[in-house]
Amino acid sequence: MYQYNDIDQTLVDERVAQYRGQTERYLKGEIGEDEFRALRLMNGLYIQTHAPMLRVAIPYGLLASKQVRKLAEIARKYDKGYCHFSTRQNVQYNWPKLEQVPDILAELASVQMHAIQTSGNCMRNTTTDHLAGVSPDELEDPRPWCEIIRQWTTLHPEFAYLPRKFKIAVSSSATDRAATQFHDVGVHIVKNAAGETGFRILVGGGLGRTPIIGTEIKDFLEPKYLLAYLDAILRIYNLYGRRDNKYKARIKILVREEGINKIREHVEQEWLKNRDKLILKQEKIDHIKSFFQPPAYEADADQDQSFSVHQQQNPAFARWLENNVCAHKQPGYRNVMLSLKAPDSPPGDMTAEQLDVVADLADQYSFGEIRTTHRQNLVLADVKQADLFPLWQRLVDIKLATPNIGTATDMICCPGLDFCGLANAGSIGVAREINEALDDIEYVYDIGELKINMSGCMNGCAHQSVGHIGILGVDKKGSEWYQITLGGSSENEAAIGKRLGPAVAKHEITPAIRKILDVYLKQRQHEEETFLETVNRIGIDPFKEHVYANH
Amino acid sequence: MQIIKDRQIIENNWSFIEDNQALPMGNVIISLSRWQAEKPQLKQHAAPLGLRLQSSDNVADIAQDLAHFDLIELHFPVFTDGRGFSQAKLLRDRYQYTGEIRASGHFMVDQVFYMTKVGINAFDLNDEKQLPLAISLMDDFSVSYQELLFA
Repeated sequence: MYQYNDIDQTLVDERVAQYRGQTERYLKGEIGEDEFRALRLMNGLYIQTHAPMLRVAIPYGLLASKQVRKLAEIARKYDKGYCHFSTRQNVQYNWPKLEQVPDILAELASVQMHAIQTSGNCMRNTTTDHLAGVSPDELEDPRPWCEIIRQWTTLHPEFAYLPRKFKIAVSSSATDRAATQFHDVGVHIVKNAAGETGFRILVGGGLGRTPIIGTEIKDFLEPKYLLAYLDAILRIYNLYGRRDNKYKARIKILVREEGINKIREHVEQEWLKNRDKLILKQEKIDHIKSFFQPPAYEADADQDQSFSVHQQQNPAFARWLENNVCAHKQPGYRNVMLSLKAPDSPPGDMTAEQLDVVADLADQYSFGEIRTTHRQNLVLADVKQADLFPLWQRLVDIKLATPNIGTATDMICCPGLDFCGLANAGSIGVAREINEALDDIEYVYDIGELKINMSGCMNGCAHQSVGHIGILGVDKKGSEWYQITLGGSSENEAAIGKRLGPAVAKHEITPAIRKILDVYLKQRQHEEETFLETVNRIGIDPFKEHVYANH
Repeated sequence: MQIIKDRQIIENNWSFIEDNQALPMGNVIISLSRWQAEKPQLKQHAAPLGLRLQSSDNVADIAQDLAHFDLIELHFPVFTDGRGFSQAKLLRDRYQYTGEIRASGHFMVDQVFYMTKVGINAFDLNDEKQLPLAISLMDDFSVSYQELLFA
């Protein structure tokens, strides 16, 4: 992974000093609330229901074991012993003290981490495929490009006060696992007819209140122009994006109101005027790529087949293999998903003890690296097949081996009303209730691949609009209600879920989910037809009729 | 009244003149609408001219006229309106404007670092007491990814 040089380290150290000064001036009353709000948000600090919340950046979801140990240490020292992984592959602390945040940032800087631009109306953490560099269906490793974008977006002087937040995602694989069609900018690494590698650029996608699928703005861009093109998009957005209404300020609204052709014309003009000044030299690209070379894989790792004996003898291990382990491009290696969706813990949460063990396991079994996913799980990406069984045993001990990746109980869930100042309704409690209702693991497997996403308000942090089943918490005269959508998807066949009907009361949400799943099981043509395929084939009416039958 | 120019605290010797007032002697700053309405006469104006741009004004509209101005004032209506950063960048990089670019209106001392990076070299702060602090904050960072990436 990328290693800081003196310049990177100087930058994060100076950022800590800058924020320390700002916090001191704020506490002395020398910076107003509104002004400090903007400054603290660009360092990831929100003021929440109970306490501040600090969001720490995990650039494109990649962590070293020593960074994970530092996250554990911070959780113990400054929080209540745990942290929460977000859908932006970042990590959040829910109980830091405002005056201690500069110290936390200093601790993070000591392991090449920061909270720069994890919130605010600026360019946010760039995300990518959690299987980057190890997936068999990938064209090339997208992470060097993510790192280039990370550097370019960090403390960009011109684009720090945008109309609204701006999110970029990069994908390089046949299956889009980074939801690039729902980002302000989606970057696809592609090959053109001549066999050259370059970028296809999408613009104007987004979730939140107005979910929109991104539109292609450039079919093929030479790699050396990546930043020049992003610069052009950002300048057009900064100058012409709406600033009169925060709900209409994302670039998706600009694209929708002006039309993609007009936006493309502006961006192309801007790009042509500037591109020669912003060329990425091949040496620079090669230098960044040198940090993402494959680790020292053992060439004969596929010879040891001992795991298959355990697989035959141990059904629990076999189930975990089937659900939480996926193919690797290197023979004899596997990608292991660590489920942060154990039935009795809030989705995405991890304790300091778990973090420490995961750091050790990464050192022992996966070249010291850990990845976070946008579905709020972790990945050990380079595990030898011979190590799968001992690793599984260790993961069972710390409750990170729930074999539910990609199933109904692998829900994406925001912190909801319990922690978040924006939420209208609880989400963690509802997730637990649904989990309990689906506690029959055979039933969950029978249902198969299913993405349930639940947000506590229409800001949509948990991407409910692209859940196969989406659940949105709404406030109705002071009580919590839930709006259900069906048929959303953030993958290749991107789709926004359709509303099932009127919102249901809190006590009705779990029965409603059960009824939806019953309809699926009755209506599917065969066991291989997934929930999403069934919804797409039969439409939402059969589900609607069953859920609202008694109303 | 004092301002910062090129990292020095100096007396401000420019004044903005409302559209309906006659231009006095000395350094005056005018609006874009006045410039557009009275361009032939203003081109004959004997003393130095400055131009105030609002964040909604399009820099390209005055690209041909920049030689007539010793100063461009970028007026920030509210500190969260970042259009002035792109306006300054365009003035310096695209149109090679070399005169004074001054920030005025509602902005924070904590923004002057980014402002200097996009080419703003003068700062008219609402609170004059903050001028020394603003100068010290211009050194918040000694490194820049945006410069290094294209080196």
